[in-house]
This record gives sequence, C-alpha cells and structure tokens, in this order.
Amino acid sequence: MNASITLATTRRILTQLRHDPRTVVLIIGVPSLLMILLRYVLNSEQRFSGLAPALLGIFPFTIMFLLTSITTLRERTTGTFERLMTMPIGKLDLLFGYALAFGLLATVQVVVAAGISLTWLGLDIAGSVGSLLLITVLDALLGTALGLFVSAFARTEFQAIQFLPVFVLPQFLLCGLFVPRDSMGWLLSRISDVLPLSYAVDALTQVTRSATIDGTLIRNILIIAGCAVLALVLGAATLRRRTP
Amino acid sequence: MHESAIVVDGLRVVRGGQPVIRDIGLEVARGTVTGLLGPNGCGKSTLMRAIVGVQIVAAGAVTVLGHPAGSPELRRRIGYATQEPAIYADLTVAEALRYFAAVLGAPPSDVGRVIHEVGLEECANTVVGSLSGGQRGRANLAVALLGTPELLVLDEPTVGSDPELRDELWALFHDLASTGVTLLISSHVMDEAARCEQLLLMRQGRFLAQDTPDALRSRTGAPDLEQAFLRLIKEQESTAP
Repeated sequence: MNASITLATTRRILTQLRHDPRTVVLIIGVPSLLMILLRYVLNSEQRFSGLAPALLGIFPFTIMFLLTSITTLRERTTGTFERLMTMPIGKLDLLFGYALAFGLLATVQVVVAAGISLTWLGLDIAGSVGSLLLITVLDALLGTALGLFVSAFARTEFQAIQFLPVFVLPQFLLCGLFVPRDSMGWLLSRISDVLPLSYAVDALTQVTRSATIDGTLIRNILIIAGCAVLALVLGAATLRRRTP
Repeated sequence: MHESAIVVDGLRVVRGGQPVIRDIGLEVARGTVTGLLGPNGCGKSTLMRAIVGVQIVAAGAVTVLGHPAGSPELRRRIGYATQEPAIYADLTVAEALRYFAAVLGAPPSDVGRVIHEVGLEECANTVVGSLSGGQRGRANLAVALLGTPELLVLDEPTVGSDPELRDELWALFHDLASTGVTLLISSHVMDEAARCEQLLLMRQGRFLAQDTPDALRSRTGAPDLEQAFLRLIKEQESTAP
C-alpha cells in the first residue's frame, strides 16, 4: 500500500467524473428523486417514515454497485489496467483509490437524499441523524466494494449490468423490507443472514424506531463495514498482473 | 551493467489452446534500438507482453535488466506502450500523464517534457477521447517515456503518424539509445526496419532471422529489407519438411 498512489488514483477518478457532469448529476440526483417519488406514492408521512430509512440505504447501494462495476470493467477493457500493472502500483492502491473516490461521491449523494427526506418530505426518525448518515454511507461503500468485486467476473459491460439483478435484487427481496426476516422460512431466513444488506436494513430500521445505540446496532454497523472491506480484499485477489 | 537488457530463452506461449510463441530465444544488448518485425498476428505483441511481465507463459525464461520479467524491481525501469492506446479517454492529455507520473513517482515536470517529446503541446489540454488516432497514439507513447525508463518496449509506436512526425520520433528513439536506454520497437512497416541496429524477423511465433539490416540484405542478396524478408520466408518454406 502506498498512500500517495492511492490518493493520486482517487484524484484521477474524480477528475474523470468532472469531465462527465451528467453522470455526477445523475448520481447525486437520482436517489433524491426516488425518495420524493416514494413520498408521494405512499401519500402519508407516517408510512414514508417507516420505509424511507431502509430505502435511503438501498438506493445508494444499488447505484454505487452499478457505477463501480462498469467503471472498473472499463479500466480492464481499455488496457489501462494492464498498463498500471506494469507500474509500481499495488492492487489495493487501485481498489482503495476507487473506494475513496466513490465513497466521497456516495457521501454527497446520501447527505442530499437524507437532507431532502428529513426536511421537505417529513421523514421522522427516533434515532440520531448522524447514525442514519453513517449507516447509509457505509451501505453505499458496500455497494462500491461489491461492484468492484463482481466486475472481475464480467467480460463485457453487458454482463456487468446483468450482475445487478443477480447480486442486488435477491438481497433487496430478502433484506426484511417486504417481509420481516424472522417470519421467513428457515432456508430463506438463513440466506438472509449471510447477505450484508440485511444487516444494513436492520440497522436502519433500528435507527428509525429507537434512539438507543446498543450492542446490536454496533454489531450490525461493524458487519456492514467488515463486508465492504472483505469485498475490497477479495476484489484485489481477483486482479491479476499476468493474464493469458 | 554489462549484462544484456533482455534475454529470452526457450519461450513458449499458448493462447486459447494455440501456440503463439514457439520456443524462441533472443538477446538484446543495452543501449541499442532493436526492431521486431513481422506480419500481423505473428506473435510480436505477445512477445512484448512476456517481456514486460503481463503475459502468462507456458515455458521458458525471460530476464529483463538482470531480473525475471514481471519482478517488482522492474516496474519503474520499463516503459511500455501497447498498440491500442491504453490511456484514459475521458481525461486531458496532461491530466492522464500527471496520474501515470504520480504512480511512477516521476517528477511533475516530466509531464511537460514528454508532451514536448511527442509533439503534443497544442493538445495538452484536450480530452484524449477527442484526439485523432495518431495523436492518441502519441499520447500513449508519452506515458511510456515518463520517469527514467532503462528499457522501452513500444508496440507499433508510429502507426498513424505522418512521415515528418515519424522521422522526429525515430530521432527521439536514437537520442534515447545514445543515453543508454534500450529500445525494442515493433513495426510492420519495413522502411522503419532500416533505422534499427538489430532486427528480429518474426513469423508464426518463430524468428526467421536475428541480424543487422546490412547483414540481412547481404545474406539474402535482396535490394531492400522487404525483399529480404520475402526471400527468408521462401527459404524457410522450401526447407520445411
């Protein structure tokens, strides 16, 4: 690991985004638009407050997953990845550079969406806004890390997009948003236990309902962060300096 | 510092079940310009990838600047440019070079130097994606010149350049060689071969010849290198079982 190379990578990715303002507007605006849509579809502040925190975690998770899997795949297909691999950059320098750049972007995205939800849309949570933001930013980072990881298994951008329904939608169905996790069948409940998004939704639900920060909440937050780091390290393990 | 820049021994590479490099050996002396010539698909790019250490090889040894190819020690000492430009299309030329310079630990002043060396001053602040094909190729070459590489491995660096620019680039290559840099340059244009001190003629994963341009011409009795190459192919085919 080399901090200056990691930071140079982060700066490079942010510069690339600066040349593509439309993407930046989409990244920052879409979750907020979806929250506004959700609020008026439900047409009740109370029902909105029940669902919104979980979705504040899920929307950035999904968008960051898609964004990173495409971007890193592009790095491979255009040959810049191979070029970097002939240079003194570590695989983790590259991945943490990505995680940092997209993490910054995700933070802006989450702050805007949560800010609009808490003020204009009347989201009312019992816990602290700080915990809500922390968990949603971690969710977005988790999406980033998983996107980096799965991009190793895609050869084309077409395949990478297909990984969204494969990796994200099952987590969406099993995370407890539609049916409480403890009322699912044994098998589904076990599957739900190993999917990181379940812990994110658990943590967000708890922040909505209560102001206490207990061991369960801290454990759930650590699980989300741990899964993000694990996905990054696994992602590094899939990168190869030598290829056929 | 007396060892060769590149020593390849018994190299074999298989891609997609097909042998692409078939047991070849070569030696490149330091401070020389070596041309790697041959038709498309003969294995030039694969050989170059093996030398920079990004190619999985089936057998053989590749030693570069005294280290096995791909060693971490070599990552600051080799400049590599692929045939397809491998440079961020959504950055300006200067931004992309600044990033690669940071990765290499090269001084920021290198960015201006290499832009000047490849003659891209007017395009320094143009986004790579909107450059012409030839300009993009030069931006790609500029990345390989960053830092102080002791070995430059350049895959078709002059493709798409007009004759005047090609002349300037070859002058640059010889200037670099005179300071002790070793260059391995692939091309399928035979008139570029005459500018090299040493030639490696490749065909179907093997070397037809490894010699100086003069020696090749006199050996085959051909007036130019293109004819010499064709005669060598005929010679090989008539002796093949």
